[in-house]
Amino acid sequence: MRWREIGLGSLLAILVGCASAGPTQRSGTSHLEEAERVGHAAIEVAVASDAPLVIITDARIMTAAGAIHERGYLAMAHGRIEAVGAGDPPSTDGAHVIKATGMVVTPGLIDTHSHLGVYPAPSVKAHSDGNEMTTPVTAGVWAEHAFWPQDPGIQRALAGGVTTLMALPGSGNLIGGRGVTLHTVPHRGSRAMRYPGAPDGVKMACGENPKRVYGTRNSSPQTRMGNLYLQRSAFIDAVAYQKKLEEAEPPKRDLKMETLVGLMKGELLGHVHCYRADDMLNMLQLADEFGFKIRSFHHAVEAYKIRDVLAERDVSVSTWADWWGFKMEAYDAIQENAALLAEVGGKPIIHSDSARGIRRLNQETAKAMAHGRRAGIEVSENEALRWITYNAAWALGIEEDVGTLEPGKRADIVVWDGAPFSVYSSPRWVFVDGVLRHDSEGPSTPWSDFEVGQEVQP
Amino acid sequence: MRWLLAATLLGVALPGAAHAAERCVVISGGSVHFPDGTRQGTITIRGELISDVDEPGVSEGCERIDATGKVVTAGLIEPYSALGLTEVDLEKGTVDHAPGGALGARPVRASFIVADAYNPRSTLIPISRMGGITSAVTAPSGGLVSGQSAFVDLLGSTQAEVVQRRTAAFHVHLGGGGGSRSDRIAGLRNLLSEARLFRDKGEEWRKMRYRGFVTPVTELAAIQPALFGRAPLAVHVDRASDIEAILNLISEGPSPIRLILIGGAEAWMHAAALAEKKIPVLIDPLLESPESFDRMGARADNAKRLHEAGVQVMFSTFWTHNMRTLAQVAGNAVRAGLPKRAGIDAITRVPAEAFGMTDRGAIAVGKRANLVVWSGDPLEVTSAPERVLIGGKDAPLVSRQTRLFQRYKELPGTPVPALPLPKGAP
Repeated sequence: MRWREIGLGSLLAILVGCASAGPTQRSGTSHLEEAERVGHAAIEVAVASDAPLVIITDARIMTAAGAIHERGYLAMAHGRIEAVGAGDPPSTDGAHVIKATGMVVTPGLIDTHSHLGVYPAPSVKAHSDGNEMTTPVTAGVWAEHAFWPQDPGIQRALAGGVTTLMALPGSGNLIGGRGVTLHTVPHRGSRAMRYPGAPDGVKMACGENPKRVYGTRNSSPQTRMGNLYLQRSAFIDAVAYQKKLEEAEPPKRDLKMETLVGLMKGELLGHVHCYRADDMLNMLQLADEFGFKIRSFHHAVEAYKIRDVLAERDVSVSTWADWWGFKMEAYDAIQENAALLAEVGGKPIIHSDSARGIRRLNQETAKAMAHGRRAGIEVSENEALRWITYNAAWALGIEEDVGTLEPGKRADIVVWDGAPFSVYSSPRWVFVDGVLRHDSEGPSTPWSDFEVGQEVQP
Repeated sequence: MRWLLAATLLGVALPGAAHAAERCVVISGGSVHFPDGTRQGTITIRGELISDVDEPGVSEGCERIDATGKVVTAGLIEPYSALGLTEVDLEKGTVDHAPGGALGARPVRASFIVADAYNPRSTLIPISRMGGITSAVTAPSGGLVSGQSAFVDLLGSTQAEVVQRRTAAFHVHLGGGGGSRSDRIAGLRNLLSEARLFRDKGEEWRKMRYRGFVTPVTELAAIQPALFGRAPLAVHVDRASDIEAILNLISEGPSPIRLILIGGAEAWMHAAALAEKKIPVLIDPLLESPESFDRMGARADNAKRLHEAGVQVMFSTFWTHNMRTLAQVAGNAVRAGLPKRAGIDAITRVPAEAFGMTDRGAIAVGKRANLVVWSGDPLEVTSAPERVLIGGKDAPLVSRQTRLFQRYKELPGTPVPALPLPKGAP
């Protein structure tokens, strides 16, 4: 199921209903849809947000939808954006008004590639839960089952302006499992953090990592040939499983096959770790052969070499501003990658893949923008902002609900204390669903239980 | 476009420069980061050195760099890296920062000298220069004593040209992981006391083959410069208790050992002691979360707190391939409260002084002309170096990456067009 097909009301019904509904199939939903609902049900009680009417005034409003209001306002209530405009708001009756003179409002930032929660801080063996490297195809594992909601990095990501992230399994496996799209809010379990209605991602990897992990154990894959062989074999099984699902008596559930079928049906989104241009072309061939879509190539430092293909097929590219050289497949990275892709109408995204980098996505994007401009590529501020808002939302399948400042969209909002593309700026306030979650000058209580008491004076 | 600009600049004949060593360059009109403050200023370079500041009258016949609207700083120094010792981290054949074999199996490798492995033709060097880096400390890794780092400049094709000092520091690793941290302290204590004994009884050893040493004598001989303070002992350490332990260990003897702390996630907890003992601290200002149990006290304002206590603070990216982000790293320390001037000092003057390379790292008469002309605020992420001078010479602002950009700037379908046919027969 796609988030668009579900209103907020029905979503709440699902959240509430599932705990008691059990695995019985409801009328009008398929066997798999029902299984998904049960699997994703939050056990803890979700607290309904009753966000008040808040109006931010006298700020620069960067909508990421084209318009930038040099002096404007934004109104939000009940977790949604009510109005955005230039000048002063028509009315502030009954509103909590925040005068943000000299500040800048942007959509909450979205990171398509994080291992927060699955490789949390502190880095310890006991919490190293991001790679099920026991066999190269583990499509049936879900990142949400490993995501540690006490990772101190979650709050720091939010303090850097990130309101939504996709927590992904690592790239040790050819098909590593499902990624989960989460709101960066404090909860006792990951399912309550799930971005309402966001489709899961299917994490795949090509190139060096899987063949190194398994090749050094003298098992398959040991080469790029082995990578593709095993990936194609997995999808051949999935095609057979999908056929069986149409039979009168559905087959025994198979989590691995359910994920691959979900990807082929377009209900789950393909997120493929891939660096080299030729590796990406191989993966596009794989997608064509089995009729699934790749929503985003991740890392993709050679995307610039095939940007025509990627733009034409509407495959987004989640990449860094300047990471390179740590392995052969990252040797040809250039700093103009994102800008070149934007120039041909593609969808670049600046992702973090890092518990540190996620706190500075604005700076990384600023670099990628500036590198493009210095090379003679026109990149507007609006365009660059979309690399960490709208385009990222698109890659996660939630772009109609979030990612720009437009009435009706979710009130995930960052108010920056200066220009967001400056090294000196930080989020002053961050709202998620219209609720204030970060205030750089307010009381700072650690969200993570792990941090509680560590500061007690000896 | 940068590469065009740089190519043009390189092609320019230099008036009045009959000999390369006599080359004269005047940088004027820019906002200059002088040791006593940032102000408009003029810098005159003759040969490899800064010959004048604020003396625009003596510059007849010099090449002029108009820095109007720009900012000029000393060249940035990345004080901890593996530059020239790694090309592709995961390809062992390209990595030279740790010894293998018998030496690699020993905890003490003071005799391991990375300068001998330094590759001045590494593609990382031009890429790093484009971030304004003109010098770097390139260091060995692993073990208790990893070996000797080298201080290099980032322009020149031979080791002889670029290695400015073969022994920049001896690197020591303390902290958790791999047995008790107490083992490491004990190992270092034993090494230092044996090295002192070797110094005092060396003659006896040579005559009688003194057999009392646990540490191989090659290592005891190699580490002598650290005992006399001729090269600093760079101790990699994060946890406050380990910082305390190394301070205690060094103060046990009357030795003139010069300490540098590298890492220092919890150094702010000992800021007063570090200031009093004049121990410079090299930190990563981006460390701001409990990433490990050795870094529970990591905080974004570590640099600010150390600076306020009077500690000389310097920064590293701790990331050889991306040392070009050093200015951004410093900018983040400023965002967390460090004065901007201290932020720039932390990547220029302080590392130069800490590693005893006081002939550079600042814009003053007599200093080596390692300079960067920035498009704007040097710590700002949207700024970039427009001119980089190393030893008075223009460093070309082109790299393997800008070449790849050029190759793929237009998409012809294939990166290289078909060759013209050879001349046909009549």
